[in-house]
Amino acid sequence: MRFTLGPAPHIHDKITTRKIMMDVLIALAPAGILAVLMWGWYMLLIEVGSMVLAEALEFIVMRYMRKKKNFIPDGSAAVTGLLLAMNVPAGISWWMMAIGVFIAIVIGKEIYGGIGNNPFNPALVGRIFMYISFPAAMTTWPKVNWFHFTQSAFSIQTTATPLGVIKMHGMAKASSVFPHLMQNAFFGNLPGSAGEMSALALIAGFLYLWWKGIVSFEIPVAYIGTTFGLSAIYWFVNPGAYPDPTTAILIGGVMLGALFMATDPVTSPITSKGKWIFGVGCGVITVLIRYIGAYPEGVNFAILLMNALVPFIDQISRPKVFGEVKKNG
Amino acid sequence: MQVWTFKGGVHPPTKKLGKDSPIKKFELPQRVFLFLGQNLGKPPKPIIEVGQEVKTGQMIAQADGFVSVPLHSPVTGKVLEIVKKKHPVTSRPADVIVIERSDEDVWEKLEPVKPYDQFTKEEIVKRALEAGLVGMGGATFPTHVKLSPTKKVDTLIINGAECEPYLTIDDRMMQEYPEEIVKGALAFSKALEVDNIYIGIEENKPKAIKSIKEVASKYNIHVAKLRTKYPQGSEKHLIYAITHRKVPAGGLPMDVGVVVQNVSTARAMYRALEYGEPLIERGVSVTGEGVEKPQNLIVRIGTPISKLLEFAGLKEEAYRLILGGPMMGIAIDDAEIGIMKGTSGVTVLTSDIVKKGTEMNCIKCGRCVNACPMNLEPYLLYKLFKKKKFNDMAEHHLMDCIECGSCAYVCPANIDHVKAFKTSKTVVRALGRR
Repeated sequence: MRFTLGPAPHIHDKITTRKIMMDVLIALAPAGILAVLMWGWYMLLIEVGSMVLAEALEFIVMRYMRKKKNFIPDGSAAVTGLLLAMNVPAGISWWMMAIGVFIAIVIGKEIYGGIGNNPFNPALVGRIFMYISFPAAMTTWPKVNWFHFTQSAFSIQTTATPLGVIKMHGMAKASSVFPHLMQNAFFGNLPGSAGEMSALALIAGFLYLWWKGIVSFEIPVAYIGTTFGLSAIYWFVNPGAYPDPTTAILIGGVMLGALFMATDPVTSPITSKGKWIFGVGCGVITVLIRYIGAYPEGVNFAILLMNALVPFIDQISRPKVFGEVKKNG
Repeated sequence: MQVWTFKGGVHPPTKKLGKDSPIKKFELPQRVFLFLGQNLGKPPKPIIEVGQEVKTGQMIAQADGFVSVPLHSPVTGKVLEIVKKKHPVTSRPADVIVIERSDEDVWEKLEPVKPYDQFTKEEIVKRALEAGLVGMGGATFPTHVKLSPTKKVDTLIINGAECEPYLTIDDRMMQEYPEEIVKGALAFSKALEVDNIYIGIEENKPKAIKSIKEVASKYNIHVAKLRTKYPQGSEKHLIYAITHRKVPAGGLPMDVGVVVQNVSTARAMYRALEYGEPLIERGVSVTGEGVEKPQNLIVRIGTPISKLLEFAGLKEEAYRLILGGPMMGIAIDDAEIGIMKGTSGVTVLTSDIVKKGTEMNCIKCGRCVNACPMNLEPYLLYKLFKKKKFNDMAEHHLMDCIECGSCAYVCPANIDHVKAFKTSKTVVRALGRR
């Protein structure tokens, strides 16, 4: 007989991991393209190069080292590569970038068994490795130089970031160095990591994902909300030293982190309740590192630390089964 | 009018292809193929011999125990043979009675025949058993057992949700036989001694709602409009949507004072009372992209599925043949088996619609958790299944899974959760938990 057999359900909503990853890439595109407009062709090379290298590394590991003959690339490595590229200063050396991608994909992801098994966000693993290994290069920030596609990112004058100035000299100084800080942070006209510049571009990308039903809003709202709230307290106590809360969530990596890194499904909690806990935790740690710790920015460490807690958060935020009866004793 | 529903669930395209196709009486088949096991519980014991002449409606197998119902011959003719065929539900070889039809259609009816409202409570329950009634929505639980609850029941719900995509037979039944369905519901309510009667219908069936309402309003029966969402017709979720009572995990509807019966079962009950007809025919949707003209047919039980496919026009591209709908139905490769008491539809799908593709790693996206109407964590259960930790699966409420398939429907990694959970349930039962 010509009929095929197969388990129920026999239909599917046709949303696959690959489609999700493609949508994430689309969502990252506005911020990624802005980086190219700010720093020129080299940024395009870094972004595309990282994506290609990441996919190639994953393919080699899966096909030839883990001997998965039926492995088909799902695009998740490209997402990691692009996120990492967006998380470094524009003038990063290509070989440092390559090492970062290698660490992210191989150490951050594949050694655990590939997608779905890694406890930490691979892009953040790569970012932290680069941050520790190449501290100078990772904190040299080229100035934004709009619409010069042929410029070399290495010859651009370098500068400090708002968060760096706030850490060293306080908010009053930062306001004079960076006029219109809040507006510039929102539209993306400040030095910093390549892809974290424009809150507007990142939010637009996130809204696309949300509209597609791929991400939920809990983690970003909890993360950004907590950062806003705690920053407000600091600002209220000493407005000369700390930025106002709106500026605080717009500068640095909070937007990129909260919207695209903390929401990585593999390394974040499953349930809505768990996501709220996770997001609040990220926000608290971010602010504490920013204002009390040694680093000017705390997004990376905050998310990694909370990643480590995900199994525990999942445990305490299990959904209540329909009609569950309370056990006695 | 208020619209009722539950949390979770999914929205597969409803694809009610045959919704405007009126119910036709299908011709009597030359041969019928009757699985002995057509009901949940114990299959009945055959009381005929090969070569014996039987009449339409004559009992050919008698109930074996309380949770069992008799089986009746759907045609007049001669018992040809008893063969073994792969049973779609158990996938094991099972006894099939084959009856060759003769030219006449001579009935042997259940006695006594009198107006449905003249039956007493006890007589109704007895008639449900004698007529071999089972839940015709697909679960095939013996109706007389459901009509004999061991706890106090105050509400009867008639299930007209028909949330499975493609299937349209209940919708057509409610449009064309509202009187019979309502009277069957009244008989059920008499047997259960309840006055609170609801008929729950998804809002994508406005014509059914209208026609049922017209009849129901005469008898103080409420029509509850339900949101179109899968699995709205799941017993527990239907009860929750209408009464806001939650059947406790591992419990039965009667634990919250409710009994649910399908609309087709209600109609069969009425016909068993008013006309003395045992359950030998039922409504079936023959539908899907794999047939030329989707149909709603009343067919004799045991009619070979191949005959129905022929009638609806099987397309060249037909790829999967499903008993039931695409979410919970069972794929079969042999169209020479007969329609059963629980077969509400035959869905034929083409290759482009059928779920396939290789399983990938779970990315913990949580879509399954959001989709699960029972609030389980399918991703976690599947992870435990991979590690063969069946006891841990039971701890995480495996046994509460209603196998609706919502998780596998939305899974981007193409994981077949339900298949894994069905296997695991068997293992857990064998291990003696619950």
